[in-house]
Formats: sequence, structure tokens, C-alpha cells
Amino acid sequence: MNVMDTRATSAMLYLDGVHVSFDGFHAINNLSLTLEPGEMRAIIGPNGAGKTTMMDIITGKTKPDEGTVLFDGVTDLTRLDETRIAELGIGRKFQKPTVFESQTVQDNLLLALNVDHSVKATLFWRGSKAESERIDKVLETIRLTEARNRLAGSLSHGQKQWLEIGMLLAQDPKLLLVDEPVAGMTDVETHLTAELLKEINKTHTVMVVEHDMTFVRELGVKVTCLHEGTVLAEGTIDQVSSNERVIEVYLGR
Amino acid sequence: MTPHMLTRSLDRGATIFLAIVAACGILIPLSNLLLPADSFLQVPTYLVALWGKYVCYAILALAIDLIWGYCGILSLGHGAFFALGGYAMGMYLMRQIGTRGVYGNPILPDFMVFLNWQKLPWYWYGFDMFWFAALMVLFVPGLLAFCFGWLAFRSRVTGVYLSIITQAMTYALLLAFFRNDFGFGGNNGLTDFKDILGFNVQAEGTRAALFALSCLALIVGFLICRAIVSSKLGKVLIAVRDAESRTRFLGYRVESYKLFVFTVSACMAGVAGALYVPQVGIINPSEFAPGNSIEAVIWVAVGGRGTLVGAALGAVVVNYAKTFFTSGVLAPYWLFMLGALFILVTLLLPKGIVGTFNAWWAQSKEKRAATSVSAAAEDGVTEPKMAE
Amino acid sequence: MPAHLSARLCSLALSLFLIAFALPAFAGPFEDAVAKFANDDFSDTEEAIGVVAGSGNKLAFPIISALQDGRLMADPDSKKVYVTGADGKSIDAATGEAVASVPDSASAVRLNNRLRRSVDAALGSLTLQSPDVGTRLQAAQSVFKSHEETALEAVDAALAKESNKSVKTALGEARAAILLFKSDATEVEKLEAVATLKARGDQDALALLTGMGDQPDSVTKAAASAISSIQSSLAVWSTVQNAWYGLSLGSVLLLAAIGLAITFGVMGVINMAHGEMVMLGAYTTFVVQEVIRTRYPGLFDYSLLIAVPLAFVVAGAIGVLIERSIIRFLYGRPLETLLATWGLSLVLQQAVRTMFGPTNREVGNPSWMSGAFELGQITITYNRLWILCFTLAVFAILLAMLRYTALGLEMRAVTQNRRMAASMGIATSRVDALTFGLGSGIAGIAGVALSQIDNVSPNLGQSYIIDSFMVVVFGGVGNLWGTLVGAFTLGIANKFLEPVAGAVLGKIAILVLIILFIQKRPRGLFALKGRAVEA
Repeated sequence: MNVMDTRATSAMLYLDGVHVSFDGFHAINNLSLTLEPGEMRAIIGPNGAGKTTMMDIITGKTKPDEGTVLFDGVTDLTRLDETRIAELGIGRKFQKPTVFESQTVQDNLLLALNVDHSVKATLFWRGSKAESERIDKVLETIRLTEARNRLAGSLSHGQKQWLEIGMLLAQDPKLLLVDEPVAGMTDVETHLTAELLKEINKTHTVMVVEHDMTFVRELGVKVTCLHEGTVLAEGTIDQVSSNERVIEVYLGR
Repeated sequence: MTPHMLTRSLDRGATIFLAIVAACGILIPLSNLLLPADSFLQVPTYLVALWGKYVCYAILALAIDLIWGYCGILSLGHGAFFALGGYAMGMYLMRQIGTRGVYGNPILPDFMVFLNWQKLPWYWYGFDMFWFAALMVLFVPGLLAFCFGWLAFRSRVTGVYLSIITQAMTYALLLAFFRNDFGFGGNNGLTDFKDILGFNVQAEGTRAALFALSCLALIVGFLICRAIVSSKLGKVLIAVRDAESRTRFLGYRVESYKLFVFTVSACMAGVAGALYVPQVGIINPSEFAPGNSIEAVIWVAVGGRGTLVGAALGAVVVNYAKTFFTSGVLAPYWLFMLGALFILVTLLLPKGIVGTFNAWWAQSKEKRAATSVSAAAEDGVTEPKMAE
Repeated sequence: MPAHLSARLCSLALSLFLIAFALPAFAGPFEDAVAKFANDDFSDTEEAIGVVAGSGNKLAFPIISALQDGRLMADPDSKKVYVTGADGKSIDAATGEAVASVPDSASAVRLNNRLRRSVDAALGSLTLQSPDVGTRLQAAQSVFKSHEETALEAVDAALAKESNKSVKTALGEARAAILLFKSDATEVEKLEAVATLKARGDQDALALLTGMGDQPDSVTKAAASAISSIQSSLAVWSTVQNAWYGLSLGSVLLLAAIGLAITFGVMGVINMAHGEMVMLGAYTTFVVQEVIRTRYPGLFDYSLLIAVPLAFVVAGAIGVLIERSIIRFLYGRPLETLLATWGLSLVLQQAVRTMFGPTNREVGNPSWMSGAFELGQITITYNRLWILCFTLAVFAILLAMLRYTALGLEMRAVTQNRRMAASMGIATSRVDALTFGLGSGIAGIAGVALSQIDNVSPNLGQSYIIDSFMVVVFGGVGNLWGTLVGAFTLGIANKFLEPVAGAVLGKIAILVLIILFIQKRPRGLFALKGRAVEA
């Protein structure tokens, strides 16, 4: 099949008319959203707006009741499982930092590298120079070179957040989904994270969910505000934050 | 196994462990066979058989540790794989009896004659050949584990749910093997074995050889486990254990990994059962009892899960204690002790013996390193490399 | 006729002639008939049965029933006949006088199948007019089974006098059975008979109709339609029977699982010692009954009513103790909890074994729980029925408790959001202990009920633990209604599989089906959905 012929949209990520309900509760309600290649998008919204559920849908953890979810214009994500979607090139950082605590920082990155992930390949794996160079580079980017042999569990909260971003880098996906990257970080760390994401965005498409409006402002990208599982407003940070409805349900007066 | 996997898997603890097992595997049979019976150093035959049993349990414990300690799969049905391997070996030994049975039927085992069966059921074909039986020892538990795991892991049955259905699995097999018409000797199981590969199973020499073989199997099993856990696959397994869904989001097909270790582990359990049967002389359905599988898990917990050496050690220690207590006046209290062991180990010694020792060792090493650094600093030596 | 045969017949006739004259002169027809039993000749025996049964003598019944049981001894030499009682004492059959012992030469009067039918019929007619309703009913039923033509008169006579409704029905059926096999009965009579049997509609009626042999066309046709109607109604009844067995098994499963639905389903604590809580409840019942037996025998019928609250308190208190001393240290580590509680179950079993011994202990049924009654074609035992009612009552009370009491509200709050509940001022650790105590207490109550149908031994609990977990997991964790549906589904499925596959294979099949089901729906029938499940 010719890929070009079947490409339905130029978007990196295309959500249209997505619905999900849990036991009668509509978590996602007619959600439509488009992310262009190379774009960085910030998603804001009150608790329960469906931000995390949306990420669950994109990464295959939750199956929508109806609606279209297309990746890279061709792939219907609703039919694939998490592993397959990760293999396609969608990486995810969780709201609560999840790193492999009983393994070293270096091993965490090794596990994340986008090499052959089959059982056979990992069983007969031997380290290569290229791999260790990539790990060194990521370590440098996330400022954890010194801590490379420490157990991930012994890192500080902020360091874990960074390690998880580092794992995303090692994974080198086409699309990064980043859920609350600066929660629990100091102002300095928050600033550094914004810089890091902007750097990453030069080569990757990124979707960031964040509550911290200062951080969102610092990113300086297009903002989408979700409310009750649907898009409430979309635009620049100034447009969205002056929207009456957004102020009412989220920002407060 | 490629050479780099072998070298990678042999750290200091592993080497010491292998040396001890190898020494036992060689010295105990030699002492039993060569030294005079009144010698202080002579190991009596009954002890060789008893310790041979412990070694088989140690292999089973390794198998459980591989999946529980490294991948977080708590199987409460590994006794079933052990028993299936045992039955495969038992079937070979039954076929070797030939005309020496009570009924003297050259083909049918006694219990089939007793049940008035006219011909051998198809699933008994081939078990007169050792190579076939040996293959089945690996294949039958492996196949069951593969099918069971394929269904369970694909539909993401995890944690206690998996533990419960593994219990149900071994319970169902227990009920099935109790039935006479199932064709495996029903209640009585398979027993009255005569010889194995032409050697009398009761003979001292055979017992010594079986002991040595069990030690060899333990060594091989240990090396396989070490090779697995020290490879990148081992890191993936730990990742699955600690954060399964995170591992999925990194693009690992978690169910394949689980299926792989689960099947390998079941095959190991089958080998343990196959070596166990000729040494104890019987296999019956009670080996499938759900309680047996749980007991095997506690050996691993006592020794220290996720350490491999600890699993083997735990199996030997707990079973030695069991023999010691159940053979004396303390027999009525053994279940109290076993029960208390379960409770105390989970509450007070969650890392087990070896795990706790490792943690203490690492800590004291760190402390020694720290003191030598500060000592060096006081001496005015500025080269920090000295501390290492 | 071959010569030797005729010679034999002659000698037989001669000997009969001689015997007749050898007998004492005072003998009447009854005594003569009795003496014929000693001839060891089937036709003589048959004749004797007819005469004795029709004699009206009070010894007739004991003689015929002794004949049926092989207790009628005849001495071929003296031609004396004796009735040996079940107690070993004997009487002379002709006179009714007690005798010290039956001579060694005497042997039991032999019967063949034809004679056995005569005996049944004779017994039937002998007892058809007994003053006791139960005896009459039994007699009518035995005539129904033997359907000897000779009994027809007796049946008709009894039918004319009978006033009891059920005996009358039974007599009517007996009459129908006789007429169906009577060669000279009219077509109308036979058609009526078929209709009566069709109305009876059970396995016996079916057997008579299928085995009735050559009949007029109209009767054969009527019988065919009766057979198919009986067969379909029997199929319905067998389904009802299976359903009842299934409900009964389901109630036992529910009873065993309901406490687990609280500790495992609601709290998420996997308690492998749950079965032992059931066992403790059963032993509490045993102790209560022992005390009653030795001190207050009159209270025996109330023993279960006393045992229920006691079992709840005993098991509940031990549950709280376990939660405080072991389980609270293991929250969030389900696999460790599983191992620790398994160890605990070993300790509890061994403790009970040490105190009460390893063998089964006798727990009796109170009078209101023993016996059974018939419902259509099925038999329902009272203990099973009570257990079903009891289980549903426990379930209803538990639901109400969770919904309407303060503890229920707190329990739901803690299980849904522990941190929030704590910050609202709920003492979460107290709620944990009480919840676990509640689950254990209910297991104890289950033990009281199970002591009525199962062996009370230290291993009692073990046999329920896997089943209980299956029920809870199958029904869906955290949902009491799921447990209810799960228990009854599994119970009924099991009982419908049993006739097809046999008891053991049926159970294996159920286990395999559950294993497959869990693969398909890992969270059970009524699973909670959404993000909260993963947390």
C-alpha cells in the first residue's frame, strides 16, 4: 500500500469526535484536537478535564468508545496496544514520575533506547559503543552524568522527572507526551525544564500537560484548554487566559 | 550460551555458590561409595538420597525465584510443573518394570492390568525410551506453562489474580490425577520402580550418580538463570516487576518476556521433578496439592528472593528443618513452625537471608570506604582514587 | 412323554398324597397352606401365598413379610415352618407360638422372580387396609410396582373405603397399573389407566407405559402420547432438580465467599486464612453443641441460634487480632500478605488439630433442619433450604449494613479514598481492623451453616478457599452483587455439568472455564472501569 495515498491528514496527531465513558461518567466528550509535525502544544485544564485520559487514549491504555485517533496521518491508534504504539514512536512521561527505581540511572536509559526490543535481542544483547555514546549524551543533557551509577530510586524528585525526560530522549520518539513535567520542582528547575523542552522541540513534536501557568507562559506555544472532556479554548496563552469560560472554570477571577 | 554471557553471569557470589555445589556433587558420592562404612567421613546412602531430594527442591526454588524474584510473577502452581516432570520420569520408570510387576504384563503397568485395561493408552507411547521421556520432562511442563502463560499474560492477568489462578490450575490437575481413568495410577500414583537406564534405582551407585546429576542440574539451572538475569533481558524483567506499564510504554512486549521466563522456569521445575522421582521412588497426585506450591514459595522468601543463591539456600534450609522437626518429638509443632516462618519472614525479613546479608555487606563496604576516605583526608592525601 | 419323566411325576404325586395324609388331622386350610412352604416347590409356595394372604389370620402379614426378607424357615423333614424375627427370636408359623430354636435342618423358603411379585402383591393387599395411613400408602405403592392381577380385588375393596386423599390417588394409580397389564381389561379401562399414569408422570409411570407390551391400537397411541408428555415433564423436573442443587451449592459458595468479598473485594487484602475463619465458626458450633449436650439437652434445637452470634464474635475477634498484628504491616504488598496469611492458616489448623484432634467432630442437625419434603418430582432437604435462606439473609443484612450504618459509610469512604477519609477525621486504621473483623466474622457465621452439611475437621477451611477466591474473582472484585451472581452462576453451572461430565470432571471443567474467563475479563463479571482501578 502506498503510504502517501492513504494519508488522511498532514497532522502528526489527529483526534476527532472521541468519546470515552466509565460507568456512565463521560470522561472524554467529543474531543477533537490536531497537532502538526514539529509543533509543541501545551494542554491546560482543571482536574478531571480529561487530560490524562486523553494521553491514555493516545498511548493505547484506554480504548475510546467512538472517534478517530490518527498518528502521522495513517495509523489508527485505537486498534493498537501500548507496546505497538510505543514502537511507532510515541513516548510518554507520566504525571507521577515512574522510573525503574531499583536499577541505575544508566540502566534506565539503556532500557529506554530505541533498539530492538524483542526477547531474543535482549537476551543476547552486548553493549555497543554507539549505545553508550548515546547514553552519555542523554546523561549530559539531563545533567545526571555524575549520578549515572546511582539507583534511580535514590534520586531527588526533580532528578527523577529529568531522568524520565531523559528516557524519552533515549527513546527518541516522533511524538512526546509529557504529563506535568514540573510538578514538585523548584523555580530554577522549572526554568531549566522549560529550556530543555524547547530544545527537544527543535527535533520532536511535543504535547505538554501542565498546571503551572508560569511554565506554560515560558514555553510560549499554542495552548489548548480542556474542560469536561472537550476543548474549551485554543490559541496563544494570552488568548486562552482572557477567555471568559476559561477564567470561569479554570483560572478563576 | 555465548561466552560473554557466561563471563557476565559469573560474579563472585555465583562463583562461590557453584564451587560449593560442584564440591558437594563430587565429594558426597565419592565418600559414599569409596570410604568404608565405619569411617567418620562416610556419607550413608539414606543421607545421599535425602540430600538429593533437597537439591531437587533447590532447582525448583531457583525456577520460582527466576519468575518471582526478577519478574514479579508469583506462581502458586509451580508444584504442578514439578509434578508433571516427575510423572514423565515416573512413566519411563514404570515402563522399565516390564514383566517384573505383580501381574507380569510386559507392556501394561500393574495398575492398568488391575483396572482391566486391554492396551496402553496412546499418551503412554514412547515412554519406554529414555530420550523420549527426558524430552517430555521438559516439553510437558513447558507446553502447559506456555499455553497457560500465553492466555494469562496476554490478557494481563497479574499480581494476586495470577497467583490465584495458578492455584486453581494445580488444584484442577490434582483432581484430574486422582482419577483412575486418567491413566496415571490414580490415588497411588506411580511407584515400585525397578531400574533406570538398566541400573537398579535402589543401588548405592545409582543413588550416588543421581545425586551427582542433581547437583549438575542445579549448576546448569543456576547458570541459565544467571545468564538470563545478567543480560539486558534481566534488566527488562526487573523493569516489568517494578513498573509493568512503564515498560510497555517504552515499547517492550511485556507478555512475551513473561511468557519466556515463565516457560523456562516451568521446564526447570519439570527437570527438578524428574530427578526427584527416582530418588524418592514414588510420584503421586499429592505433589499437585496447592499447599506444596505455596510451601516452595516460602523457601525462596526465606533465602531471599531475587538472589538465586538465596532461593537454593532457602530450599535446603527449610527442608532440612522440616526433616529435623518432623522426625522427632517436635513433629506436632512443625506446622506451627512452618506457619510462623511464613509470617515472620514476610514481616521481619522481607529480603530473606541472602538479601539481608547482601544489604548489610554493601552497607558496611560503603562505611569502610567512607572511613578510609576521611582517614585519607586527615592524612592529607589528596588523591581520592585511593579510596577505591 | 418320555418314560422317566412320567415316572417322576407319578412319584411326585405319590409323595404329595402321602404328605397330605401324614399331616396332623386338626390342621385347617391356613395351617395346611403354611405347611406347603416346606415343600420347597415354587407352585406350592405360590398356592400357599395366596391362601395365607387371603386367610385373614393375624400371622399372615408376619409370614409373608418374612418370606419376602428370607426369614421364613422351613424344615423339610418335620414340615414345620418358622418365622425368624429380625431380633433373632423365632415363632412357629402355623401357631404363632414362640420356639426356642429353629432346627438346623430348616432352611429359608426360596423364591423366584415370579413368586417375588406374588409376595409383593400379597403384602400389598394385606396392608392396603391397615389403620395406619403410612402403611396403606406404602402398600398401595408396592402394589403399583408389582401390578399383580391378584391384587385387583383388594385394591378395589380398599379404594371403596379409603378416605385419605393421597392414599386414594396411590390406590387409583395401583389400579391403573394392574389394569394396564391385565389381558382381559376393557379398552376403556386401559385408556383410563393410561390417563391416570400420565397424570402421575414420574419415572415409574414411564417404565410401566414403555414396558406394557401388546395392547389395542387406541391404547398404544394414548400411551405413546402419554410417554412423550411424561418425558418432557420429567426433563423439566430434572432441570428444576439440577437448578435446585445448583442454588444449594451456590448458596454454600456464596456463604464461604461473602466474607472474602469484604476482605479481598472491598479491602484488597488477600486472606488465605479465610477458610480457617470458616473452620473456627464450625468448631464454635461444635463446642456450643457439646455444652448443650452435657448441660442443657433441651436446648439442642436452639444450638445454631446460639452458635451464630458466638461464631461471629470468635472469628471476628480473631480477625481483628490478625489485622492488628500482621496484616496492617503488609498493606500495599498483596503477595506478602498472601504468604503471611497462608502461614497463619497453617498455624490455625494445627492449633485446632492440637485442641480438638485431627478427626472429624460430630455436629448434629437440630430437628427443624433434618428431614426433607417433596416438591413435585424433586426432594428438598430442610438443611439445604435453610442454608439458602440463611445465606440470602446474611447477604441482605450485610448490604444493608454497608449502606445504612456509620461503619458501612466509613468503610466505603476508606476503601474509595483513604487519604481523603483520613483527612475527614475517620480513624482509618480502626476502620481497617473492623472491616477485616467483619469479613472474618461472616466467615465464622458461614462455618456454623457449613457444619450442618460438611465434615467438621481442621481441614474444613482448605476445601473452600480456592472456590471462594474463584467466586469473588469471577464475580468481580469490590462488588458484592457480583459475588452473589458469581456464586450462583458457578453453583448452577457446576450442577448442570455434573450429570454430563461427572462430579470431578465437572469441577475441573469449571476451574478451567474460570481460568479462561479470567483471561477474557481479568476484572471479573462486574468489573469497575476507569482510571481508579489501576491506582
